Amino acid sequence: MGRYVIRRLLQMIPVFIGSTFLIFLMVYALGDPVTAFFGDRRPDPATAAAIRHEYNLDKPLWQQYLIYMGKIFTGDFGTAFNGEPVVDLMARAWPITIRLALLAVFFQAIVGITLGVLSGLRRGRALDTSVLLATLVVISIPTFVMGYLLQYLFGVNWNIAPVSVSAAAPLDELILPAIVLALVSLAYTTRLTRTSVSENARADYIRTAVAKGLPGRRITVRHLLRNSLIPVVTFLGIDIGNLMGGAIVTERIFNIQGVGYQLYQGILRQNAPTVVGFVTILVIIFLLANLLVDLLYAVLDPRIRLA
Amino acid sequence: MRGVTRVVCVVGAGSLLAGCGVAGGESRGGTDPNGVVRASWSDPQRPIEPGNTNEVQGGKVLGLITRGLTRYDPKTAESVNDLAESIETEDSRVWRIRLREGLRFSDGTPVTARSFTDAWNYTANITNKQVNAPFFQYVEGYADVHPADETARPRAKTMSGLKVTGPRTFEVRLTQRYATWAEGLGYQAFAPLPRLFFEDHAAWLRRPVGNGPYKVESYRRGKAMKLVADPAYRGPDKARNGGVELVVYTDPNTAYADLLAGNLDVADDIPAAQLPNAAADLGDRFVVRPAGIIQTVSFPFYDRAWRGARAAKVRRGISMAIDRDAITKRIFNGTRIPAKDWTSPVLGAKGGYDASVCGEVCSYDPKKARRLIEEGGGLPGGKLVLTSNVDTGSHRDWMDAVCHSVDKALGREHSCVVNPVGTFADYRTQVTDRKMTGPFRAGWQMDYPNIENFLSKLYYTDASSNDGGHSNPEFDRLIDQANAAPSAAAAVAGFKDAERILARDVPAIPLWYQNGSAGFSERVRDVALDPFSVPVYQAITVTR
Repeated sequence: MGRYVIRRLLQMIPVFIGSTFLIFLMVYALGDPVTAFFGDRRPDPATAAAIRHEYNLDKPLWQQYLIYMGKIFTGDFGTAFNGEPVVDLMARAWPITIRLALLAVFFQAIVGITLGVLSGLRRGRALDTSVLLATLVVISIPTFVMGYLLQYLFGVNWNIAPVSVSAAAPLDELILPAIVLALVSLAYTTRLTRTSVSENARADYIRTAVAKGLPGRRITVRHLLRNSLIPVVTFLGIDIGNLMGGAIVTERIFNIQGVGYQLYQGILRQNAPTVVGFVTILVIIFLLANLLVDLLYAVLDPRIRLA
Repeated sequence: MRGVTRVVCVVGAGSLLAGCGVAGGESRGGTDPNGVVRASWSDPQRPIEPGNTNEVQGGKVLGLITRGLTRYDPKTAESVNDLAESIETEDSRVWRIRLREGLRFSDGTPVTARSFTDAWNYTANITNKQVNAPFFQYVEGYADVHPADETARPRAKTMSGLKVTGPRTFEVRLTQRYATWAEGLGYQAFAPLPRLFFEDHAAWLRRPVGNGPYKVESYRRGKAMKLVADPAYRGPDKARNGGVELVVYTDPNTAYADLLAGNLDVADDIPAAQLPNAAADLGDRFVVRPAGIIQTVSFPFYDRAWRGARAAKVRRGISMAIDRDAITKRIFNGTRIPAKDWTSPVLGAKGGYDASVCGEVCSYDPKKARRLIEEGGGLPGGKLVLTSNVDTGSHRDWMDAVCHSVDKALGREHSCVVNPVGTFADYRTQVTDRKMTGPFRAGWQMDYPNIENFLSKLYYTDASSNDGGHSNPEFDRLIDQANAAPSAAAAVAGFKDAERILARDVPAIPLWYQNGSAGFSERVRDVALDPFSVPVYQAITVTR
């Protein structure tokens, strides 16, 4: 088990270097960011050259990348074009996005699994059909439509939820955005749990448990659920990363100044340090979430051994 | 309305408690001199300082906290003396400036002649990498502090053309005659700066200090800036409210929704998607006024196919193939006005606006358009490729419409196609690298309300923003002549003569003048936009 974790952690190093380089390359390929500082005006060549020098943009790509990587290990993630260190941006954005994503995963897990189990145990009945229909509707509506719609209804029309999230982004203001963010994944979680539960409900070991005369609640929670959750946990684990990266749309709608917003801004202004810095951390979170999911398998299913 | 105001209190709690207790009350009569105006903002792309701010968002802050030698009347756009008691010249080359008495920055230090010369020298100096440095290019000695050669180091720290002649007087010597030079002094790049700026630059950037009607109380980068009215401010435009809170919105649609919900008092830049609803949603709380912005389509004269007399016919033809009336109505809901010259109506007749200059070229005549294009040898390369960035400003929509209009005039599908570029930065890079093969979008937002700013920066040979590379000796000669005119009024007449050449050359097709738009909540009154489409914050009153 310990060796497995160490091996997995070591594997992250090449992934980390590879992904940062790819992202660096992509932002670089977008072109020269300095011209945009001058608006619709033609840049003054001398000033533009001086600014390019300041941000090392006058050097070849590989050199820029090495300088950037060298600085990362000293904790310096570069500066955004408005003069702010990227580290400051991160310190501001990450707590907000993590809060939002965890809240979303919480909704997704509680509501999704509950609905999935209920409809899975009542396959073909009215509840099952309506859950299937509802999830289909949710999946087919794009997030931004849902976001603006709920924002308008709850925020503008009924005034029961804030339209935009204030700078501090307290939990209660994040509830509506988290629901919007979670909805599509929630629908998938529900459907995944439902399928898994309804399949396992007909498995031999469940029949045995019933024949032994175990109480129904115990069968569902201890035997059925534990076995049915493996694919769901995988999905949830990977979805944490998705939720953080995919929050760009939701964050914009609700004016949440989190990771999605900083990434959007970084891409628009073609600021490589911002984009690479944030995506690097996203990559690390993704990798760690994957590792966690793999470790959870062993807990859920004793037959799986990690070596 | 009650329900809305109640939410205001919950959401805005903390900073706005003062205004809240009474906001829900019945009386809408009195004004609250301590009320704080909550206004939409977005994150400035460069640090906020006079030499480095050339866009509206950072400009909003500088407009609140700094005042220059002159200012532009928010209604008429006319340039009037502000800090300057007098600005005099005999030959349009040497300018003598005298400041009013008793001027102070909000930190209590006096505004002197040096506050100006130090600030200007700082901005012009290449080592400080200020994007507004070119505004000082006509000052003698600019080349010494800002060598054109990208690798050269500055030979001097200060421009020899700036001479302090007393605590309140200084002299500016220009490299050439420039009759309308003083008209530009209201631009924020010319603002004075206190000693603190030079002594502790980082501290100044964290909390900028100026001499305007407001001072910065707190600045949380990327989130919000709180400004309070400066009680010691002695200028004519004292704040009529207690302060302004600029709140960063990542998306103008959200700001608009917050405005409707009553969580925001002033939202400028109403998103295009909301314009059709704005009048119904807001009623008389919706403001539209012409801003000093013109959208044009420029041609790449560095491409041989677009040069010469025959190509001029084609350019004129394309201009006449665009149905400006229909496009401004359908796509922009009347927030754009079909252009009739190369300047802007906010200039007024005195500033050089003249709706007769473009004439036939700017009118829609598909038959004549087709004939002109055919006479000119048809579209270069067989089709028109129209390029712009599409990340902001509904550019994609109007480009499609323009292409459709050209297609219709020529009676041929796909004779005009759109080439969308993903980001503004990438688009500007392609434009400055001269990679355009066909017409491309060129927007111009005036720095100061004068015809000179619309012509000499854009169409003079090798001018700072002449992206298309247009060059016409006759035009250049008339501009030079106008610059050397004895008075600003005479200069304007001269510039108008030069503009008539553009109607013949059509180096850029005028599309439409842009209006600024804003909405405001029921909590505030007297909201207006200035000619730069920025709300006149200091005039806003908060109701009790």
